Amino acid sequence: MVAQGRPPSPCVLCPVIRREGFIIFEVSRVIGDIHPFEVGGRRFLLSVTTGALVEVDEEAWDLVQRLKDGEDVAGHPCLAELAELVAEGVFSQGEEELWIRTAREARGRSVVKALCLNVAHSCNMRCRYCFAAEGTYRGERAVMSREVGRRAVDFLIEASGARRNLEIDFFGGEPLLNMAVVREVVDYARARGEETGKRFRFTLTTNGLLLDEETTRYLAENMDNVVLSLDGRPEVNDRMRPLPDGSGSYDRVVDRLLSLIRRRGDRSYYVRGTFTRHNLDFAADVLHLSSLGFKNISVEPAIGSGRDWSLREEDLPRVLREYEELAVEMASRGGDFEFFHFQIDLERGPCLGKRLKGCGAGTEYLAVTPAGELYPCHQFVGEAEFLLGDVFDGIHRMDLVRKFSDADLYQKRGCPDCPVRFYCGGGCYANAYARHGDITHPDELGCALHRRRVECALYLQAALRERG
Amino acid sequence: MSKNGSHFKVLFRPKAETFRGGCGECQTSCQSACKTSCTVGNQSCER
Ligand code: SF4
Ligand code: SF4
Repeated sequence: MVAQGRPPSPCVLCPVIRREGFIIFEVSRVIGDIHPFEVGGRRFLLSVTTGALVEVDEEAWDLVQRLKDGEDVAGHPCLAELAELVAEGVFSQGEEELWIRTAREARGRSVVKALCLNVAHSCNMRCRYCFAAEGTYRGERAVMSREVGRRAVDFLIEASGARRNLEIDFFGGEPLLNMAVVREVVDYARARGEETGKRFRFTLTTNGLLLDEETTRYLAENMDNVVLSLDGRPEVNDRMRPLPDGSGSYDRVVDRLLSLIRRRGDRSYYVRGTFTRHNLDFAADVLHLSSLGFKNISVEPAIGSGRDWSLREEDLPRVLREYEELAVEMASRGGDFEFFHFQIDLERGPCLGKRLKGCGAGTEYLAVTPAGELYPCHQFVGEAEFLLGDVFDGIHRMDLVRKFSDADLYQKRGCPDCPVRFYCGGGCYANAYARHGDITHPDELGCALHRRRVECALYLQAALRERG
Repeated sequence: MSKNGSHFKVLFRPKAETFRGGCGECQTSCQSACKTSCTVGNQSCER
């Protein structure tokens, strides 16, 4: 009914306009769920909550931009089609409320499932960007004893509840400086696993300098995964990864690392490099590692600020461009190697738990020092206020564990509105703490990198799927 | 793009159960791959 004395509003009377008004209302409701991005000259829309990926042409891109800007889109040629996708649930914000409840219910319920054993706080290299201060974590040089190693295994079994699959990561410093304890822990964990029904998965991170024939064979046969440190091109590697006498390490390690992965056959490994502001063209290092024959590559930004090598805000555009160029190059090669950050599995996960929480530092994953002290993860080792307890008497800072447990993405600054939140889970606590002194305040620079990496990963998936 | 006049091409649409599921048995920290400051939140289900 039209109110007396007032001219009838045309949209109330005209069914076509009324229907269009309804469509605009419906698509506007979900516009916050749509994350538009461009990679390699192609335009995509990611549904933040459903995970759907849609490629669009220029006109559709224009529609989405205008909706985001709150502009009038009446009569836009792509409106009806977008409305159809919304009606089909391709874009929707429907389920996030349920997930927020799930995240809340999961708080405080996790058990420990992985330990990082710092078997040696000592190193035979002098990497300039080392967050562990040449392996010592700003303390004394030390190696883990057999007793601490065995007790760490017992602690993990006791703290893991009903969880069957457990992880032990040998780290340092340089863990090959303490191979006797690595072997002891592997044997002991396997024996205890038999008794308790737990299954252990072992990873070891090494710079490769001490890889002789026997150690290579042992690691090839006994580690489920190895992480091998090498930065890329020889000059890039040697600038940041010198030996104690100042000479470069590239020539000393590269053949040893290659020989280890050849011995491993199909078993997992990562060659893991670090890039700094001295090699913002790090895609060249990734490609160099690939040209050496490495198939699983991870090259990460160096952690830290205020040093000649640390990344700065002004480097960001260059780094983001570099990720894009790398993704385009990988697409053109048909994906002949894996880059850790561009690996995204659209079919089989990640599961909701990972999406809401990301890494399990401080709750599911703890680091153990040579003396047996427990910290929330390898990057917190040596930070006195994060000392949680030890493997002999267990955790005495449950308040801290709770703090980590509660810190899912809905508790973190900026994360609830972040377009890649379900491919992140709230980022790195250690980075957040290093940047802002607060584990719930993510490092914005790291977030910008992560967002671009997710976009590049989605682009790469799209490109590789087309090639079959 | 515009196959049959379409402006949008749906490349991928996850099954809802894939997105929701999760047994909690998997690795979640950065320890076994990148080792610094990234989660494995983008990685696949291991089990
Ligand atoms: S990228 Fe940053 S803002 Fe986004 S979810 Fe991850 S930590 Fe949070
Ligand atoms: S807090 Fe950061 S460094 Fe530590 S396990 Fe999590 S992602 Fe890795």
